[in-house]
Amino acid sequence: MNSDPFEPTIIGFTCNWCSYRAADLAGTARMKYAPNVRLIRLMCSGRLDPTFVLRALSNGADGVMITGCHPGECHYIEQNYKALRRYLLLKRVLQGLGIEPARVKLVWASAAEGAKFVAEINAFVEEIRKLGPLSWGKDEGGKLKDEEGNERSSFTTYSSPFEEVPA
Amino acid sequence: MTEKKQERVGVYVCHCGTNIAGMVDVEELAKWSAEKLGHQGVVIARDYKFMCSSLGQELIEKDIRELGLTRVVVAACSPHLHEKTFRTAAQKAGLNPYLVELASIREQVSWVHTDRVVATEKAKAVVAGAVSRVIENEPLEEIKVPINPNTLIVGGGIAGIQAALEIANAGFHVYLVEREPSIGGHMAQFDKTFPTLDCAACILTPRMVEVGTHPNITLLTWSEVVNVSGYVGNFNVTIKKKARFINEELCTGCGVCEEKCPKKVIDEVFEAGIGYRKAVYIPFAQAVPKFPVIDKENCTYFIKGTCKACEKFCPTGAIDFKQEDQLINIEVGNIILATGYDLFDARRVSNYGYGRFPNVFTSLEFERLSNAAGPTNGNIVLRDGKTVPKSVGIIHCVGSRDRNFNNYCSVICCMQSLKFAHLVHERTGATVYNFYIDMRTASKAYDEFYQRVLEEGTLFVRGKVAEVTDVARDEHEKGKLIIQVEDTLIGKQRRIPVDMVILSVGLQPRHDAKEVGRLFGISCSTDGWFTEKHPKLDPVATMTEGIFIAGCAQGPKDIPSSVAQGAAAAARVLDKILQKEVALEPIKASVDQKKCSGCRICNGLCPFNAISYIADDNISYINPALCQGCGTCVAACPSGAISGTGFSDAQILAQIDGLLLRTLEVEQATA
Repeated sequence: MNSDPFEPTIIGFTCNWCSYRAADLAGTARMKYAPNVRLIRLMCSGRLDPTFVLRALSNGADGVMITGCHPGECHYIEQNYKALRRYLLLKRVLQGLGIEPARVKLVWASAAEGAKFVAEINAFVEEIRKLGPLSWGKDEGGKLKDEEGNERSSFTTYSSPFEEVPA
Repeated sequence: MTEKKQERVGVYVCHCGTNIAGMVDVEELAKWSAEKLGHQGVVIARDYKFMCSSLGQELIEKDIRELGLTRVVVAACSPHLHEKTFRTAAQKAGLNPYLVELASIREQVSWVHTDRVVATEKAKAVVAGAVSRVIENEPLEEIKVPINPNTLIVGGGIAGIQAALEIANAGFHVYLVEREPSIGGHMAQFDKTFPTLDCAACILTPRMVEVGTHPNITLLTWSEVVNVSGYVGNFNVTIKKKARFINEELCTGCGVCEEKCPKKVIDEVFEAGIGYRKAVYIPFAQAVPKFPVIDKENCTYFIKGTCKACEKFCPTGAIDFKQEDQLINIEVGNIILATGYDLFDARRVSNYGYGRFPNVFTSLEFERLSNAAGPTNGNIVLRDGKTVPKSVGIIHCVGSRDRNFNNYCSVICCMQSLKFAHLVHERTGATVYNFYIDMRTASKAYDEFYQRVLEEGTLFVRGKVAEVTDVARDEHEKGKLIIQVEDTLIGKQRRIPVDMVILSVGLQPRHDAKEVGRLFGISCSTDGWFTEKHPKLDPVATMTEGIFIAGCAQGPKDIPSSVAQGAAAAARVLDKILQKEVALEPIKASVDQKKCSGCRICNGLCPFNAISYIADDNISYINPALCQGCGTCVAACPSGAISGTGFSDAQILAQIDGLLLRTLEVEQATA
């Protein structure tokens, strides 16, 4: 995976009612897009806990794309506005953590906008490619180590602020 | 999470014929899943040609029984297609259906990527994500709610009428809401219908009367839906019944008011701008209901405060100038939207001269012109009201199949133009030219009609008209409208002078289709038509349960198709009503009372008012009946006290790790 050009790994969060269906539409229409994005379905962009984004970035994603219904078209009336607010705050938090805010992007895509969804993915992959890899939570070899330098499994090393840490 | 009980996971990779197997190495994917995800509990991984087939499902059922699987991942198509199929299969084998997860490696991998190696790698990540997620899934039970047997139908055109009659005849109550004063829609404006040349009114009006008198139909004309809340089986709808200024209890529909009204205005709606109506009017003779409407904008009494001629002459005292808009609340279980279409505005194609040259007509204007009940009593004449045209040019595809306007084909214009050609020929003996790009007459008895019109002597010119002009180049063009066109069959430019031009304008989504879509929680396609659940297999359902669409609101179509869709939507609604209850996805949020700090952050986030604060206990409470499952409160709770079923934090976090291949055994992860 170290051969150039750099192939970023991107996690995409989709809304069950719009952007996930846009992804389905892109598939049905056989549109082609960069294979760097892996999608997660939520019921609504409002479900997006910013912790999810941090978890993805800290566990090897180079960028995160958040997608939802256009303003005014939310299946749950207005929850995408809440996603927008959290997104704007999250960008500031990322800056504070020393991560380029451009690694996280919010995109609106309706169920009919398969073509837009594809274009946004392709553009975002290129943007992240320019930013280069985010080595947050990874050492050079990609192995996971604790403070003493011993290898550890991902689960124990990378618990999110949310997770109940197992004993 | 080592102390957690080890789940037994089965992974099933579908070839989908070659749809998946053509781009993803499915055998390798199954092998890899068994090897690399074994430590997570994958005990079996199989690939099969068609997992959704009965044999494929039986394979899964057998493994659940014999291997004691506690979780199932099917790597196949989108969950929106076959999630239900595999959940049902699991249930048959005794596994809770919510312990099944679909990994979409068709829509999200094989169909959208072009490199087999890369696609296979991505498919592995998608499967790893699904495996991690499914381990965190919890068994859930569907929530059953009763279905209100009443139905709301919006739009009283032929599609809405058909749907209303089907449901009402089956014995269930229908509320039919129509924005205009009468039902009938566009079809009521037409003279003849192709290809049989039935008189539109003759076949439509009996149905309108049936709707008007049906004991199971509450007809609300001159009304609009202003608010919709609730969900399938239990919608709450607010309808604004606009003031007619007529007491419907007293009015007999005698029409004296209309007769006595001194104010004449151009009828832009029913007569398409070529006829007049009064300020108090019944849109057309066969209108249902027969009550007139006072047009407040134009009524002399409302403008100047005097007149009241209608009131003086009304024999039953039904005129009520003080009437106000009324809000009506109804409860229904299902909704059918049959809101129809708007016509393309011919002024937008400025080179065809509509609005500049009086003798350029739109198709709807011609319908009224040729209608025996229209302003000219069916005489086809020029705009001066008396001259009979000697030559007529009919231009197809105005605003349709044109990148500058609408890309799509409006379906009905070819047949409509042929009908016009026939009517002009029959009634005036004029020479008729049809200018077409392609003739599209694909339906029962349609092409035969085309042959008939050909034989009648109508001239067909294949080519897109460049311009309609009145600038004559020689004597015989003088005083005429000249149609400039490239005849693509002979490869020559032609100038054809005619007396009258008819623009066969295309159909467009209603100007307010988007707002209506929002109101009912359904989406529009890029062109603006309401989006159906599946373009082929589910054309009248929408993504929102309990909301159906019929007729031209879904896309351009002719009368037979609109009627078929109206009936189809009615059948779907009856199916829901007869089931008596509906199963809702058990995706709900709930508050862990022990963790809740009573901060009330979640309270303001819920647009469904499902969250309330219980002051005595200093906690928030979520009403499961009102919760729609969006999960916004789950994401917001700073104490982690709110959890959401189906999309829990644990599930999503696990899926993130899986997708990033962080859940593989450490040695493999570093390879």
